[in-house]
Parts: sequence; structure tokens; C-alpha cells
Amino acid sequence: MIIAEQKPLNELKTLIADAANVLVVGCGTCVTVCFAGGSREAAITAASLRMATKLDGNSKQVSEVTVQRQCEWEYLDQIREQVKQADVVLSLGCGIGVQAIVERFPDSWVVPGLNTSFLGLPLEQGVWAERCAACGDCILGLTGGICPIARCSKSLLNGPCGGSEAGHCEINPDVPCAWQLIYDRLSKMDKLHVLLELQPPKNWRTSRDGGPRKIVREDLRLAYQEG
Amino acid sequence: MTATLSKNGYLSGSNLERVLRLGHFAVTGELGPPQSADGEVIRKKADLLRGYVDAVNITDNQTAIVRMSSIGAGSILVQAGLEPVVQMTCRDRNRLAIQSDLLGAYALGMRNLLCLTGDHQTFGNHPTAKNVFDIDSIQLVKLVADMRDERVFQCGDAFKGPEPRFFIGAAAAPFADPIDFRPYRLAKKVKAGASFIQTQLVYDVPAFAAFMEKVRHLGVHKQTYILAGVGPLKSPAMARYMKNNVPGILVPDELIERMEAAGAPWAGKGKDELTKEDKKARAGAWQGEGIQICIELIQRLRQIDGVAGVHIMAIEWEEAVKPIVEGAGLYPRPVVKAQVAEAEA
Repeated sequence: MIIAEQKPLNELKTLIADAANVLVVGCGTCVTVCFAGGSREAAITAASLRMATKLDGNSKQVSEVTVQRQCEWEYLDQIREQVKQADVVLSLGCGIGVQAIVERFPDSWVVPGLNTSFLGLPLEQGVWAERCAACGDCILGLTGGICPIARCSKSLLNGPCGGSEAGHCEINPDVPCAWQLIYDRLSKMDKLHVLLELQPPKNWRTSRDGGPRKIVREDLRLAYQEG
Repeated sequence: MTATLSKNGYLSGSNLERVLRLGHFAVTGELGPPQSADGEVIRKKADLLRGYVDAVNITDNQTAIVRMSSIGAGSILVQAGLEPVVQMTCRDRNRLAIQSDLLGAYALGMRNLLCLTGDHQTFGNHPTAKNVFDIDSIQLVKLVADMRDERVFQCGDAFKGPEPRFFIGAAAAPFADPIDFRPYRLAKKVKAGASFIQTQLVYDVPAFAAFMEKVRHLGVHKQTYILAGVGPLKSPAMARYMKNNVPGILVPDELIERMEAAGAPWAGKGKDELTKEDKKARAGAWQGEGIQICIELIQRLRQIDGVAGVHIMAIEWEEAVKPIVEGAGLYPRPVVKAQVAEAEA
């Protein structure tokens, strides 16, 4: 899922500084699960902004609403009236949610309340880690199901580099060396021979390097149009 | 070797290649470009190394700190009559920039190339920079070998003019984790086209001998020239720092004790009790011992089957190279007849 974290309150105050009516919009999907932008966080953020702006002598109307998914029109349509009445919409969705609101309500001013961090998973309560870089050309089949693009600091395809020590990456003792993990797993599964093959330069065109990406499924599209 | 030799037998015709091909025990040095636009620094360091090494590595923004480019500094070295081994990392350039820079480097007279992935930018003085890592060091070796042997760019387009014919090197970290994979990774670099290998600093000779045994078992020592990395210790603190903080470097306690013993006459005194002269004398004693240790390391490494030379890393202490090379009995350096690679012949 998409992992995000809240922006500091001072930054939020700056983002809404010019508005009298603020609508905080939470999202019920990924950012709810990572405790960054669900209904609970939306309520807390709205209350904090009410208090903070009041203390600053610049009291604002701050209300909140949470939709099931900010990244789908049908859920956004349910809050059309509230969005219209707000001077600024503070989205607690990921970057996709912010842009979805902008696209659906082009006359509204929308600002982000979160920093969208990465695609990952919770390792334990309160700890999240990156797992996927959405490169568009998955190589997990070559690396024992451990992604060196997302998890090796240098995204090496022919790792490990010389900076692997005691299982961690030289950039930070808290970062496990992805290639040590790959090596250990392939070793355990008796597939180390895979690592002897030279992996050619990657086609990064399917990643962000090919420009903004889009998928068109004509089969689904036609079905939708005919339906 | 996967690379096809040209008719006269040379891939690049560089001095380093000739020295190695003729069976001499090679000596390479290292030169760190300045954090400024001062070319005089390169010329002064070159004077310290001239005649004592067969080629000089020019680092490429080592430890991710911005310095004069390795190709710019390499060009000054060529003008000064020394042969550079240009280091090229994958951190700062994508495949377009890498190939373009290599064409320029070759046109400027550079003939040896060491292909590296590069230190991560978070270590350096621009930690907020975006990194590249479009390709990795092994892919870089293959790219440069393909330019030379297949006469193609990475995209597959053929050269219409002369191709760059580099003597291609790569690095090896014999003691980094996972240690069992290290000989295989070296073999992978050779398979990609590395004609010479320069290793991470070696202080633990038995550990390196064990590594070399595995390398010989794979037959890799017959497909590439392996230069063992050595460097003079400057102080006991430096030795301990490397032992404890630098991944992939083993420093035996015995060497740390030797360094400490060299400074023993001053050991009883507290920091404040040491005069400037004391400190200078102690530094001199440490440096003398560091150089002596380095000489002994070279002599022991030379006995290991498959070691074709040494790579002396004395960055910011280039003065040490002369006594090390002389002390190890590697002076004077062989003068070998100039040979050019086939494409130029």
C-alpha cells in the first residue's frame, strides 16, 4: 500500500493561511491503514488547526470529512457541496488523492496535508518499510522475491556492492542490505546460480524515466462504454 | 578472457597493459583530484609518482565529495607524461553521459578505465542530491568492452568512426559481505570484460590468500590481472578506524600493535604534555612504520599465485609511494616498448 506521513502543523498553517473556511478531507484506504490520513487523523488535524489558528488570533472555520477513496471520482462526488463551500481543501490523501480532488473540482484550491512516502508494508505496529519502486518491469522473479530496485540504495542489478557489512547497507545500519537478503534466500533455495548471470542494463522507460505513465485496457474500456 | 585481442595482441596498448602482458609485477598508484580548479595540484602530485608507478588511478568524486573530474585531471596527467587509470562511477551519470565522457577521455589520450558503481551520495558533501545508478559497475564494464570489441554503443548502434579502446578494470572487495560470493562476483566482472582488477585495501594476507585460492579454483586469475590493494597506515587511530568503520577492510590486531609500538616513546605523555616537536616526531615514527608494514605486505602478497601487481593507495600522502616502491624492490619500473591497439595501428 501507499505509505504517507503527516506534514508538520506549521507547514499546514502556512498552506491554509489565506483561507477562512477549510475542509480537511481524509481518505479511508491506504493512509487510514498507516495512520496518516484516515477519519481519526482528519478529526485531529481539523481540531488542531482550529485551536492553532485561534491561538494565533486568526481563527478559521475548519471542518472535516473522510471519503472511502480519494482516488476515485465516485467517492469524491459525494462531497461535492462541502468542497464547493471551502476556501481551501486540505487533503489527507496521498499525492494521488490531492490531484484527484483537483481534477474533479478544478475551481477549488487544494493543498496536501501529507507527504506521500513510498509503497510498502507495516513490519510491525508503527513501523513501515519500502518494498516497491513501481518501475513497471518487475524483476522479482530473478531475485528471489526481494526487490533490489526499491531496497538496494544503489538499485544494483548485479549486486552486492562492496558496502555490505554484517547484513546491512553502508549508508545506514538500519537498512538491511537487499543483496545480502537476496543472496541468503537464493542460497537457501539452492538457486545461487541465478546470481552468476550478468543482468543487462535495465529498461527504465517503464519507470518514471519514460515520462508519466498510463495504462489503457481496451477490453475493459469497450465493455464500460458499451455497458 | 572474453575480449578478443587485436592482431598485435593488445586491447588498448596502454603502458599498464604492456607491463602486465610482458609479465612484470605491476605497480599502480592513486591520485585524488583537488576540491578546486587548481590544475597545479595534479602536476605536483604527478611529480611525486613519476617513475614509481606504471599508471595512476584518478578518483571520480571519491566519497561523493565534489572534486575536479577524473577525466579533467586525467588529461592534465597525460600532458604531464604519466598514464592515468580513469575511474568512472555510475552514481553521477546515466548511460548517455558515461559513453559521451568516455569518447572524450579516449580522444584526450586516456587508455585505462576503472569501472565502479560509486560511493553513495549520502556520504559526501551533497547528500541532498539525486543519484543516477542507471547502470551498475558490471554493466559498465560490459558497456565499455562492447564499445571496444563489438564497436557498438550500449543501444546497439554501430560506431561510424574510431571506437574507444580502453584497458578495462574493475574493483574487488575480497572481505565484504557476503564473503562467500566475492570470488564469484569477481568472476562476473571478468566475464563482463574486466582485464584487470584492483582490490580493496589488504592488510590481512592470510585472508587474502584464502580469497585468491578460491579465485584460482575458478580459474579467474588466468583471465584477468589481479592487483592487490595496499596502503600505508598513517597512525594507530587510522588503523583502528579502518578495522572498525570501513566495510570490507580487515586490519589484524598485530598491525595495530606495531603501529602503537612505533609511537611508544610518546605514549606515556598526555595530550597536553606533547610539544609540537613531539607530535611531529611521533607522526614521523608512525609513518615510517606504516611504510615498512606496506613494504612487507607487498612482499608477502607478491608470493601469492595469481597476484599480478599491487595498487598503492596513498591518497593525500603521495610522498609515501617512492619509499614503498623502492623498499619493496619494485624500482625502477620497467620501460616497455610502446604498442598501439589494432584500431590505431
